[in-house]
Amino acid sequence: MSEVKTNEIKLTRKDFVSSSEVRWCPGCGDYAILANMQRVLPDLATKKENYVFVSGIGCSSRFPYYMDTYGFHGIHGRAPAIASGVKLANPELEVWVITGDGDGFSIGGNHMIHVLRRNIDLNIILFNNRIYGLTKGQYSPTSQLGMKTKSSPWGSVDRPFNPASVAFGAEATFIARGIDVDAKGMQDVLTRAQKHKGTSFVEVYQNCIIFNDGEFEDVSNKKTRPDNALYVEHGKPMVFGKDNEKGIIIDGSHPRVVDLGEKYTPENILHHDETNPIITNMLLQMSLDASFPTPFGVLRAVDAPTYDDLLHEQINQAKKQRGEGTLDTLFYSGDTWEV
Amino acid sequence: MTTKAIKRVDEITIRFAGDSGDGMQLTGTRFTETTAIQGNDLRTLPNYPAEIRAPAGTLAGVSAFQLNFSSHAIYTPGDSPDVLVAMNPAALKVHLKDLKRGGVILANANAFTERNLKLANWDSNPLEDNTLDDYVLYSVEMTKLVSNALEDSGLSSKDIERTKNMFALGLLFWMYNRSMDSTIKWLEEKFKKAPEIAKANVVALKTGYNYGDTTEIFTTTYRVDKAEVEPGRYKSITGNDAIAYGFVAAASQAGKELFLGSYPITPASEILHALSALRNFGVKTFQAEDEIAGIASAIGASFAGDLAITTTSGPGLALKSEAIGLAVMTELPLVIVNVQRGGPSTGLPTKTEQADLMQAIYGRNGEAPVPVIAAQSPADCFDAAFEAARVAFKYMTPVLLLSDGYLGLGSEPWRIPNPKDLPKIEVKHPDKSILDEDGVYMPYRRDDKTLARPWAIPGTPGLEHRIGGLEKEDVTGNVNYEPLNHEKMIHLRDEKIKRVANEYAPTQISGNKAGGKLLVLGWGSTYGAIHVAVERAREKGYDVSQAHLRWVFPLPNDLGEILDKFEQILVPEVNLGQLIKILRMNFPNEMTGLDKIQGQPFKASEIEEKIYEMLG
Ligand SMILES: Cc1ncc(C[n+]2csc(CCOP(=O)(O)OP(=O)(O)O)c2C)c(N)n1
Ligand code: SF4
Ligand SMILES: [Mg+2]
Repeated sequence: MSEVKTNEIKLTRKDFVSSSEVRWCPGCGDYAILANMQRVLPDLATKKENYVFVSGIGCSSRFPYYMDTYGFHGIHGRAPAIASGVKLANPELEVWVITGDGDGFSIGGNHMIHVLRRNIDLNIILFNNRIYGLTKGQYSPTSQLGMKTKSSPWGSVDRPFNPASVAFGAEATFIARGIDVDAKGMQDVLTRAQKHKGTSFVEVYQNCIIFNDGEFEDVSNKKTRPDNALYVEHGKPMVFGKDNEKGIIIDGSHPRVVDLGEKYTPENILHHDETNPIITNMLLQMSLDASFPTPFGVLRAVDAPTYDDLLHEQINQAKKQRGEGTLDTLFYSGDTWEV
Repeated sequence: MTTKAIKRVDEITIRFAGDSGDGMQLTGTRFTETTAIQGNDLRTLPNYPAEIRAPAGTLAGVSAFQLNFSSHAIYTPGDSPDVLVAMNPAALKVHLKDLKRGGVILANANAFTERNLKLANWDSNPLEDNTLDDYVLYSVEMTKLVSNALEDSGLSSKDIERTKNMFALGLLFWMYNRSMDSTIKWLEEKFKKAPEIAKANVVALKTGYNYGDTTEIFTTTYRVDKAEVEPGRYKSITGNDAIAYGFVAAASQAGKELFLGSYPITPASEILHALSALRNFGVKTFQAEDEIAGIASAIGASFAGDLAITTTSGPGLALKSEAIGLAVMTELPLVIVNVQRGGPSTGLPTKTEQADLMQAIYGRNGEAPVPVIAAQSPADCFDAAFEAARVAFKYMTPVLLLSDGYLGLGSEPWRIPNPKDLPKIEVKHPDKSILDEDGVYMPYRRDDKTLARPWAIPGTPGLEHRIGGLEKEDVTGNVNYEPLNHEKMIHLRDEKIKRVANEYAPTQISGNKAGGKLLVLGWGSTYGAIHVAVERAREKGYDVSQAHLRWVFPLPNDLGEILDKFEQILVPEVNLGQLIKILRMNFPNEMTGLDKIQGQPFKASEIEEKIYEMLG
């Protein structure tokens, strides 16, 4: 898979920059995600020719054109299915899926839940700008209730869902979150995503400067971010705030934000465990609740068999048990007769 | 030892009919296998309800299986049966009208209870009044006879009753001088885990056989000699299995792995089943979440270098149309199989129809030409699948393969090809040596002859490139919206598919090759019925010939010439005349359509009558 002994020549960011001119709006959050991806890949032990970027349709889905790797710009919503075929055809490939909140969670919602359930070894990045960018600004399944857009001039009456919670409900084995303005945080989750075996789901909060500017202001603004963003790390206490002065505890059966001091210290507050579904679910619920900070980082990472491994194991097993099939054995199986 | 008369007959059509729960498909299939092994030519036509178990005893719940077998080559499952096996009153009610006058009825008398008669709308018991006077009726107490035979088996009366289909089968085996061996072997294998059930079925089978042999009721048995067919090794095959085999063969001859992305749908699911069993052949089957994912995964697998296919029926093809367009734009090899069923919408899931022809040829947004090949018999499905894959590779294009329920579920003997005689399929993946002077890969630089683009696959160093559904710039494959480039690409894609017609063997005319009064032109599964109708009419001295389209799109280059040779042209179709519309768009010749759209294939006699009508 991704383990290759040596890359004869050390790759650099430039090796992943294609000759296509990038055509997102100036100031679009997509640029940052592209740059971070191009920065991360040279350090990962996969040959350049083994990367495949598959996308659907949307502003975000133009991404593969800008990567100097193999790329496939598909049709609206179907990237997870296309990518599944790529990976099953050749398990050596490192396959990334690029999708948007409309692409992956409206028209492609069905494919999304099933790819996560199957746990095919793909890495999915959801560019969540809570809007349909490419079609010029209609609300999406992640847009807030009441949001005024071109297709909801009176305010949206369409209740949104939280993509990471959907992923959790679909039995995703890896769920992480980043935000366009935080390079370090994003690089960490992208690296972890590729290293995870199974479907990795990464939601990136992405600003659409044209149709939904400031949607993530509370966590993108450097001033307010410390108070509103909770960066979780496996085994580490859940602290946040400018001076890490706040933490999360479980009070009875509910999480609560507390000030750290004499009573609550980093030692006795809640510690993150990315393998514990109860903690993951709690973090996901906090994302929707304004009284809690929004969690970022790897929210869940567990081991589970992957579809691609199971399929290829089954093929090898069948070959061992029955012998490698030949046309002769196929054609002459069952009752035959001579004329 | 039987002392009964043996009568030699040339061709027999038997229809097994009963309740959905009576095991008629299985009974028919066993008779088919045995008959095949005995060397007769044969064709079958299963006909069953869409519901797994419609209410027992009702007309809606009747399931039937028709088999035509003979000592000469045959092409259809037979027009009207000579023998009707009626396991209950509903089966008799539904199928009696098709039986030949004077034909044989073999009925399970025990099922003709008052309740069942009422359910089937019989006012009185037809086995006892004069309804069946024009037929040879054998009213046999099958349920009672198996119950007696299995009295001491320790099985429940329900389990015992279930074996009555084996009784009927045994009786027919006796009547038509068939051996029980292969069925006994099959039962023992099938019920390996329940040997008492296997044994009971064998007992029922033998009870039926002996009943024919020993009772006075039956005076004659029939012999249908081996058919004179091309020497070789044969096996009985359904169209759906033949398609599965065809793709495995194509993958093997191309040195490719086979990938199937599919979502279950009647009557195409058997292809998914057959290929799923072939893990030891390295076949990758992916049961997707829907038809769109089925084809999308296949497109992904094709991009990555597999022989990729997707299988479905009409409703599923509708869902795949956008993705087929993507395969047209990305110019990737892919075969889409449509085993057609009655439409529109959910329509008649288990019945046959040819009404997706227009959908196959034109059912996409934009100018999206796709070659369409049609299979003409169950065994021919093998060749059609192989050919579809070969053309998909050679022209770097999706290819649509049309079969239908009649072919997919029907069976006939297949002359097993020697794998060594199958043609090799040449597939090339470029490496760095294809790069131009500037070290750039041009994914849309075409082959002069076929206009196919190169197929560079992920994992190949130096050929990293991006493709997708947006319009491509000629040669570079970069996204391009220029008006003239778009027009040029539309023409290039169109021209590429037109060139597929260069692959075709000359269109065969059977009959008067030089031309004559009437040509019957068809496509797909009507081949057999047309063939028989034309043969019969020719024997009577009529000037009629047959031509059949292997590829329905693009049309063969020699078709116009052929049409011009005939005074009249008849085009029978199991739709409202879709091919004839296309022919009329392309050729000035006058043509007559013959449409039948009842969920059933043509009977040869229906076409024959039309021939006489046209030739006066
Ligand atoms: C079958 C189909 N339906 C609709 C569209 C139009 N369409 C293109 S992108 C899009 C929404 C994209 O939104 P999102 O996935 O959030 O991507 P973004 O542009 O915001 O990155 C829509 C509705 C299409 N291309 N194809
Ligand atoms: S419309 Fe929005 S999402 Fe699309 S490129 Fe412009 S800023 Fe980015
Ligand atoms: Mg969006």
